[in-house]
Amino acid sequence: MALAFDEYGRPFIILKEQESKTRLRGIEAQKANISAGKAVARILRTSLGPKGMDKMLQSPDGDVTITNDGATILEQMDVDNQIAKLMVELSRSQDYEIGDGTTGVVVMAGALLEQAERLLERGIHPIRIAEGYEVASRIAFEHLERIAQKFDFGPANIEPLVQTCMTTLSSKIVNRCKRSLAEISVKAVLAVADLERKDVNLDLIKVEGKVGGKLEDTELIYGITVDKDMSHPQMPKQIKDAKIAILTCPFEPPKPKTKHKVDIDTVEKFQTLRQQEQKYFDDMVQKCKDVGSTLVICQWGFDDEANHLLMHRNLPAVRWVGGVELELIAIATGGRIVPRFQELTPEKLGKAGLVRERSFGTTKDKMLYIEHCANSRAVTIFIRGGNKMMIEETKRSIHDALCVARNLIRNNSIVYGGGSAEISCSIAVEAAADKYPGVEQYAIRAFADALDAVPMALAENSGLQPIETLSAVKSQQIKENNPHCGIDCNDVGTNDMREQNVFETLIGKQQQILLATQVVKMILKIDDVISPSEY
Amino acid sequence: MAVDRILKDDASEEKGERARMASFVGAIAITDLIKTTLGPKGMDKILQSTGRGHEVTVTNDGATILKSLHIDNPAAKVLIDISKVQDDEVGDGTTSVVVLAGELLREAEKLVAAKIHPMTIISGFRMAAECARNALLQRVVDNKENAEKFKSDLMKIAMTTLSSKILSQDKEHFAQLAVDAVMRLKGSTNLEAIQIIKKPGGSLKDSFLDEGFILDKKIGVGQPKRIENAKILVANTAMDTDKVKIYGARVRVDSMAKVAQIEAAEKEKMKEKVQKIIGHGINCFVNRQLIYNFPEELFADAGVLAIEHADFDGIERLALVTGGEIASTFDNPESACTIVLRGASHHVLDEAERSLHDALCVLSQTVNDTRVLLGGGWPEMVMAKEVDELARKTPGKKSHAIEAFSRALIAIPTIIADNAGLDSADLVAKLRAEHHKEGCNAGIDVITGSVGDMAELGISEAFKVKQAVLLSATEAAEMILRVDEIITCAPRRREDRM
Repeated sequence: MALAFDEYGRPFIILKEQESKTRLRGIEAQKANISAGKAVARILRTSLGPKGMDKMLQSPDGDVTITNDGATILEQMDVDNQIAKLMVELSRSQDYEIGDGTTGVVVMAGALLEQAERLLERGIHPIRIAEGYEVASRIAFEHLERIAQKFDFGPANIEPLVQTCMTTLSSKIVNRCKRSLAEISVKAVLAVADLERKDVNLDLIKVEGKVGGKLEDTELIYGITVDKDMSHPQMPKQIKDAKIAILTCPFEPPKPKTKHKVDIDTVEKFQTLRQQEQKYFDDMVQKCKDVGSTLVICQWGFDDEANHLLMHRNLPAVRWVGGVELELIAIATGGRIVPRFQELTPEKLGKAGLVRERSFGTTKDKMLYIEHCANSRAVTIFIRGGNKMMIEETKRSIHDALCVARNLIRNNSIVYGGGSAEISCSIAVEAAADKYPGVEQYAIRAFADALDAVPMALAENSGLQPIETLSAVKSQQIKENNPHCGIDCNDVGTNDMREQNVFETLIGKQQQILLATQVVKMILKIDDVISPSEY
Repeated sequence: MAVDRILKDDASEEKGERARMASFVGAIAITDLIKTTLGPKGMDKILQSTGRGHEVTVTNDGATILKSLHIDNPAAKVLIDISKVQDDEVGDGTTSVVVLAGELLREAEKLVAAKIHPMTIISGFRMAAECARNALLQRVVDNKENAEKFKSDLMKIAMTTLSSKILSQDKEHFAQLAVDAVMRLKGSTNLEAIQIIKKPGGSLKDSFLDEGFILDKKIGVGQPKRIENAKILVANTAMDTDKVKIYGARVRVDSMAKVAQIEAAEKEKMKEKVQKIIGHGINCFVNRQLIYNFPEELFADAGVLAIEHADFDGIERLALVTGGEIASTFDNPESACTIVLRGASHHVLDEAERSLHDALCVLSQTVNDTRVLLGGGWPEMVMAKEVDELARKTPGKKSHAIEAFSRALIAIPTIIADNAGLDSADLVAKLRAEHHKEGCNAGIDVITGSVGDMAELGISEAFKVKQAVLLSATEAAEMILRVDEIITCAPRRREDRM
């Protein structure tokens, strides 16, 4: 470790507690980083594609998660290495931005790193590799746009959307009923989509799950479900044409925030206070009744007395409804959230065609369905499944499918899946490489090789001969000049992904390539790792 | 320098074959543990809690056993979860579902060892499960139209469910109790309306069903002990000193005289309240909260029966039964009832309650879905036969998986026979031969130890239970099979409390 000395020969301390830190420099550091990145990619590699396997993750508290979703696996993996953390971030940003392809992006980055390692061994400077990758990624990006196809859909013709969602779902455990789930997802997205502005607010889609039943029982509800029941067991279980008062104030005597005291020192005061209190409860309930509400939904709790009064006045009520749900209810029913009883007016009430309570199984689980709302823009996907892990995994899968449908509404360009887009890009990048003079040419060629990693992993996971299959498909693409040839994962018998109806969104693919390249560039630029050594 | 570790310190990672091995071993261990409780001659387990007092539970109920186990193996946790869900959804078959899932995995392990890809096994299992379900659907009996027959169906199902439990000696008696109780519900699955009270003493046979409502409470001192044509007020109100709920209120006095005055005012208030209650013209008052001595005395004076501290459920049920004051909006008040269990010890009573709960759950589900199957291993044999047929017709590696599925199904009657101390190989072979005839009703008759006609013996099971067992077990096996890597995080450190 390089040290600086002053004029008396004493060393300057540059790093605090230098001795207790390990430091990796130069090529060593890059190699270590690359191998960490590769290790992460190796974990995810087997999860890619329709025949990909799942991972079982046990959290520090002993809960078990079984998933196939790249972002979830990495999130729960409890990673310690800094570079591995970068890869986790990478997958997460793909998740936030696109929602799907979280596994693919990591596999891609891993392949790029692997190629970079080889180039480093040949003595090519990391920055030159990074620049070469940059150029190559731009070529691939533009090539994707060229091979992409627009396709039309409308509220009447949802078939293309459903097909794309099915491609996403086919790699998950729910692929048993991917058709119905894809339809549910597409319908949900279309229900909340703003087709003019090409925007979808996914917050309006609530995904709820309840253990029990079978996956086929999963349904789309044009309305909201709340995991609560009526505050009093004898309130009516079904309300038609409900007018809903949405309150964020408790049915309790007021609690002023300023400190105060009410002193009782005479009998009269005691009496008046008592009457005051009674009147207070009475007023609250009366107020709700006066504006014509037939259902009260409240964020807070009720005093026993208030509960009884509500029951007595025949005003069903729900208590302890969460803030997010309250907002959704307000959006769905067109009501306003009212923070004070005094501000209740008939206009602020939400309207719903049907509110009903449903119970499940042999336990006391109850859910409240609010349906036929004034504003049907909020929908709920209600998942049933054999066990808790299944429900969680289905939720994640549905999330992916929803994101894909949303992306298609934003931009209706698609590329074909099954690795066909990657292979086509690889061919294009390879061809372009020869035109670049200088060292970058090698990096660009390496990029083309890395692009082959995704179809290769697909073939491997499907039990095919990876190299044989890949080279066959590649030559077919060049020979027939057909960028739609991919890996036939499901053994259908054709390589043409157009016939297999396997689509992916253009922006998803583009984002994958860009994000992966960026992260790899960042990793390559690191030449010094300083970390506290273990003690 | 190579980086070996990317995970945190204590986290462990198992890959590929090793991971699969770990899940198979875990799942099969759980199955072997619980296997012996299956069937009418299944044995019980003693569970000792690690908590204070080392309480002991004796049970035969799969869900209860698994719930109390502390398991570290993630695959085993999946099995425990499906058994819990089975309990919540249909209430019975909690052991069968775990055993079937375990047997499926045991078969899958052999296939994986024979180099068949897990995905191929899964697709085979899926086809087999679908086929098995259809086979069951073809053979179900639905007696919805015929009330008389349906009731006897219910009776048979209840007896079959109870026969594997501690209540098997008096199963007829208890089946009758359960059927009567469920019939009173008139099709609702709201088991809350059936109350079970446990009173140690007497024998199990002395248990009875009361068509009214029993509160395990004492009546206040000096009040009438028996009321006919009672008018009941059910309330949830404080009958001690009514607290002022306005925030920040407090009593501040400067002399003893004032204290007395305020006390008098409080008393006055209570008196008013009692007067108001009595003013409703009632002669029985049930309260969820405490009743102080003073109001109790007032009630006694007025000749009103007052009961304090009724529990939450009790109040709700009572309101349901009587259609009292707050129950005025309720439509069908006469549906609740109470089952009083008698037995030698708490353990027996607890187990009896669990068994009865299973029976009640199954019955209430059957009332909704009236399709019925025969029991005693009959459904498994029917499914196995159809699945075998399918295996023969299916080309490719999948057929191995389908065949394995049918072997796993046959494992259930095998275990039932083994548990009864019978020669399972001989019996199952006989059973299989019988089932190759059309419309066969043969199953294992554990009592005589031979193959018998299940329809004649009156052994029935609910279709809904069998279907749930089949589907959840396949789903769980599929989930575990798909895993090729297990990442275990370091357990969260607990602070040392010395």
